[in-house]
Amino acid sequence: MSDGHSFHVDRTGILLFASALGETNPIYWDEDAAKRTNLGGVIAPPTFAISAAHWNPDYALKGVRRIPASKPKDAPAAGASGGRGGGGGGMNLARVLHGEQRFEYHKPLRPGMTLTVTTRPGKSWSKEGKKGGKMNFSESVSEYRDEKGELVVVATSVGIVTEKAVEG
Amino acid sequence: MTGNPRLTLADVKVGTAHEAKVVDNLSRTQIVQYAAGSGDFNPIHHDETFATKVAGYPSVFAHGMLTMGLTGRMLTDWLGDGVLKSFGVRFVKQVFPGDSLVAKATVKEVQEQGGEGLVELELVTVNQRGEPVVQGSATAVLPR
Repeated sequence: MSDGHSFHVDRTGILLFASALGETNPIYWDEDAAKRTNLGGVIAPPTFAISAAHWNPDYALKGVRRIPASKPKDAPAAGASGGRGGGGGGMNLARVLHGEQRFEYHKPLRPGMTLTVTTRPGKSWSKEGKKGGKMNFSESVSEYRDEKGELVVVATSVGIVTEKAVEG
Repeated sequence: MTGNPRLTLADVKVGTAHEAKVVDNLSRTQIVQYAAGSGDFNPIHHDETFATKVAGYPSVFAHGMLTMGLTGRMLTDWLGDGVLKSFGVRFVKQVFPGDSLVAKATVKEVQEQGGEGLVELELVTVNQRGEPVVQGSATAVLPR
């Protein structure tokens, strides 16, 4: 279990994420319209929790970003909140696949929340693939808790590392 | 009921199905937009040379999470906002630029408790050839 990292939820992050999904639902950006619903304000789309990757210093697929800065090397690896893969470095990006993703929802994700994301390894197993050789599966479970320590979302990711490239 | 349901239990029974076209002719631009939104900058999703020459794929392809997000859009447009209790998928096939996707949900079970009910759904999203790209399930709470 990692110490976790913060995830600051804001309206711009939700807007960018919802736009990429082609969303037309005003609940994701129109505060006035959202206030008139039972939800009482803007919320995030169901898969938004994955974007906690932006705030994960150990996320392996962050591109050229150097912020948030990586933790010291002796800090525990923060696993894969917001995506698969372990603590960066040495990861062969051409051989990593996202096998499964599950979310359990406890509360709506709302702008203004600062969540703490902790990730622990789940099950791991392997099997022979048809084209890609041996496939190694590993699960990681990320808990997203609010300022009161209450669960908001639990995200479970299954990553697959293949021996060879797997074609669609 | 804290969510914003668009349906009630009267609208659903076992076998009730819904589908929506969630993307038509997927663009590379949308894939790049998703990379920025999600933070997943694996070059396999935006760098054609890396995707073809290094990784051996026919081209860049969409993040699995983009397809899951599109499937989620079908669910929330149909059921309402903040009503999902769980949502999970398996990624079974890559989605490439130019693909068009239809997301489908079928009610498998309805459990009524008090003034509301838990609806279990089976999900599949298919490409223009009818091939499943994700398969999964979701549960939602709807009012009576």
